[in-house]
Amino acid sequence: MNKMEKALHELSEMDDLAAQDSPVHRLHPTAKLLSTIAYIAVVVSFGKYQLGALAPMLLWPVLLFQVSGVSVRTCFYKLRIVLPLVMAVGLFNPFYDRAPMLYLGGVAVSGGVVSMLTLMLKGLLCLMASFLLMATTGIDSLCASLRRLHVPGMLVTLLLLTYRYVGVMTEELAVMTDAYHLRAPGQKGIHVSAWGSFLGQLLLRSMDRAQELYGSMLLRGYHEHFHYAPVRPFALPDGVYTLGCALVFLLLRRVDISQLLGSLLVR
Amino acid sequence: MIEFQHVSFAYEKGRSVIEDLSFRIGDGESVGLIGANGAGKSTVMKLMLGLLAGEGKILVDGSELNRANLSQIRRKLGFVLQNSDNQMFMPTVYEDMMFGPLNYMLSREEAERRVDAVLERLGLQALKHRHNHRISGGEKRMAAIATVLAMEPETILMDEPTSALDPYNRRIVINTIRELGQTKLISSHDLDMILDTCDRVILLSEGRIAADGPAERVLRDRALLEAHHLELPLRLA
Ligand SMILES: Nc1ncnc2c1ncn2[C@@H]1O[C@H](COP(=O)(O)OP(=O)(O)O)[C@@H](O)[C@H]1O
Ligand SMILES: [Mg+2]
Repeated sequence: MNKMEKALHELSEMDDLAAQDSPVHRLHPTAKLLSTIAYIAVVVSFGKYQLGALAPMLLWPVLLFQVSGVSVRTCFYKLRIVLPLVMAVGLFNPFYDRAPMLYLGGVAVSGGVVSMLTLMLKGLLCLMASFLLMATTGIDSLCASLRRLHVPGMLVTLLLLTYRYVGVMTEELAVMTDAYHLRAPGQKGIHVSAWGSFLGQLLLRSMDRAQELYGSMLLRGYHEHFHYAPVRPFALPDGVYTLGCALVFLLLRRVDISQLLGSLLVR
Repeated sequence: MIEFQHVSFAYEKGRSVIEDLSFRIGDGESVGLIGANGAGKSTVMKLMLGLLAGEGKILVDGSELNRANLSQIRRKLGFVLQNSDNQMFMPTVYEDMMFGPLNYMLSREEAERRVDAVLERLGLQALKHRHNHRISGGEKRMAAIATVLAMEPETILMDEPTSALDPYNRRIVINTIRELGQTKLISSHDLDMILDTCDRVILLSEGRIAADGPAERVLRDRALLEAHHLELPLRLA
């Protein structure tokens, strides 16, 4: 397997994860979608120095990992490419914001360091939440529930097709990198001089295939909307879960648990 | 019934790929569309399905193919693409097979019953919940045929159904084709397969018809076949 095929394999593993069974998997997709959106909105809304208050938000993903049986390792493995990018966002803060902010055992910690850590934690939390949503729900049910929330059909279809076409592009890329390496043995990566034509070819080939795929959809009676598998009705427990999550998130946003605990201990 | 009346087509202006093509395929016929690579076989099929638009008239059951009746006509024709990877776009074989029937407003139960019936008929029950990109080339070709059969088309078009298959899988596909009751149009340069599955043969060469007649006669004509870069079927050689 070359790198690209591995990527493709990973994509299909997401479908496998989503096909498993656990109390989290059994929740209604809309409940999971809404709670994830609420979670991300709350996480993002924390101030840039509120590291201590943000930390308890970690509880939710940890709990979900436990209950769903999705392993934390798989999560970090899948996110290994995006995670560093997201984490790198706050990297320069310490250089701009040097005023000491708090003292930990006599060592001054600058505002920049605190805001960097806060940003990193925010990125990590949002990624984990999105990953958990995908790993326990599956793209088709997600799209179905987006439709039920009256997100325009065009947008949802676009999302679904993008997800599918990523597979198509990766496949073409796999074939082309293999062909390249067979004729450039011992070379690491693809030489800069070939990038232009390589990308051009990739685009043309993906477009050709996308067009054939689209043709094959049309031939099977496709009219701009998918018939998603029926989702069971939204039941009381789903509502309780969604509301419960939202309430807890709001509570954590209002009340700084870390500080509360800290003051209890000090006293 | 499918009829081409003086159909021409060019991908690029001035470079005709199909030139003044006329033929007629009656109900229940099984026709082999043969020709060397680039002869225009795939193009003929795409024209028939309205995926490409050329000059001249194409009639299906007496009505001319146009924008208004495109979806009705497509419903009558089932197309098995040359590259099964481009045919299957849902995650699993089952979902792919459901796609067509659901678009034609069948209820989920009805659609699933059809899917199961087709899978059983082709002996493919084991493939039902497999992931499309984890099955072998031979299984994928059979699954692609199954997705088309699940739509119960009146006519089946197959573009090089045995290309890239090993002898065992090729044989399975041939036996399946032989058992289909529908009108069939099968493109290929695998002339042994055509001999096994078709009664009539249209020989296409550079976008024109070079011969049209009973399979037994056309496929025996060594001089004709060789003049168009084909060879006698092994069985007749
Ligand atoms: N998308 C395209 N753009 C331009 N030319 C094409 C395209 N597809 C096919 N052709 C040309 O049209 C001719 C007939 O192609 P095709 O119908 O695919 O032949 P066959 O299926 O018999 O091998 C070939 O010369 C081919 O190069
Ligand atoms: Mg072809």
